[in-house]
Amino acid sequence: MHELSVTENIIDICLRHARNHGARRIVRINLVLGELTGIVDQCITFYWDMLAKDTIAAQAELVFRKVPVVARCRECGEEYRPENLELRCPRCGGEQAELVSGREFRVESIEVD
Amino acid sequence: MEIEVLEGVFDANEEIARKNRERFLEAGVFVMNLMASPGAGKTSLVMRTVEGLRDRLSIGVIEGDIASRVDAEKLKAAGVPVVQINTGGACHLDANMVSMALPHLDLSRLDLLIIENVGNLVCPAEFQLGEDLKVMMLSVAEGDDKPLKYPLMFSQAHVLVINKTDLLGMGDFDPQVVRKTVTGMNPDIVIFELSCRTGDGLEAWTSYLHDRVRCR
Repeated sequence: MHELSVTENIIDICLRHARNHGARRIVRINLVLGELTGIVDQCITFYWDMLAKDTIAAQAELVFRKVPVVARCRECGEEYRPENLELRCPRCGGEQAELVSGREFRVESIEVD
Repeated sequence: MEIEVLEGVFDANEEIARKNRERFLEAGVFVMNLMASPGAGKTSLVMRTVEGLRDRLSIGVIEGDIASRVDAEKLKAAGVPVVQINTGGACHLDANMVSMALPHLDLSRLDLLIIENVGNLVCPAEFQLGEDLKVMMLSVAEGDDKPLKYPLMFSQAHVLVINKTDLLGMGDFDPQVVRKTVTGMNPDIVIFELSCRTGDGLEAWTSYLHDRVRCR
């Protein structure tokens, strides 16, 4: 729902790194997006055209690598994708599990000219 | 040329949240972030909590709303130090908005600061404010399926307050269904059932919060 401000953050991060490397143009942006974040990648792409249009990132291709929600049982070590975020271990029934992925949202790298 | 960035999109917010947290620790104030959908009863819980604890704790409030001062006026009339943040359309409070509000409160005189977030079950869950305790509310009128629809919020909260228990039996809401789903996602969550309208169940909540503030 807050993809507009999120898109501004991504542009700021990319432009800062591009500037530090003296880049003329950002060609591609590689992002990592966990499935639990609730961020909609199409919305970011939509806002990108509006917000980046007068910058060196205007033509950049946004590439999202989606990361599934994965939990790990603290008792038996089993890793699994919890349905509806039900963390109970499907193997041993253990109730102490931790999320190992699904919450990440970062700019992994940018490709520049 | 590929440039490695490895920077979280929320890193800037989290850095400001860390600074807020340092200020809270220095002032010795316990901070609670209250989140729920519009109409769940956030302001009623703030009012009830202040009523129940004001003899024992010095309490201040930050009110986050997209627009208006109606909530802040209610608290001000009750003699509570309150700062209103109008987000001007933003669907959540972020650490920077809270940081800008802090100079308007004398933190060193407070034991407890309650931050009432913008009514929304989605976005506030993504933004750290520097708080000690994330409290979310779900009201009986909203239905018992909400944890399945908004899993991030329910998996992040330390406390869930189920409000409007005076409406139980008038619809299909089953508190046991909520308890089962939410503890499945978040085994350590503490759950209270209460009614801000009748006052039922409030004592358990206020004494829990009092102990958390005193035992930090």
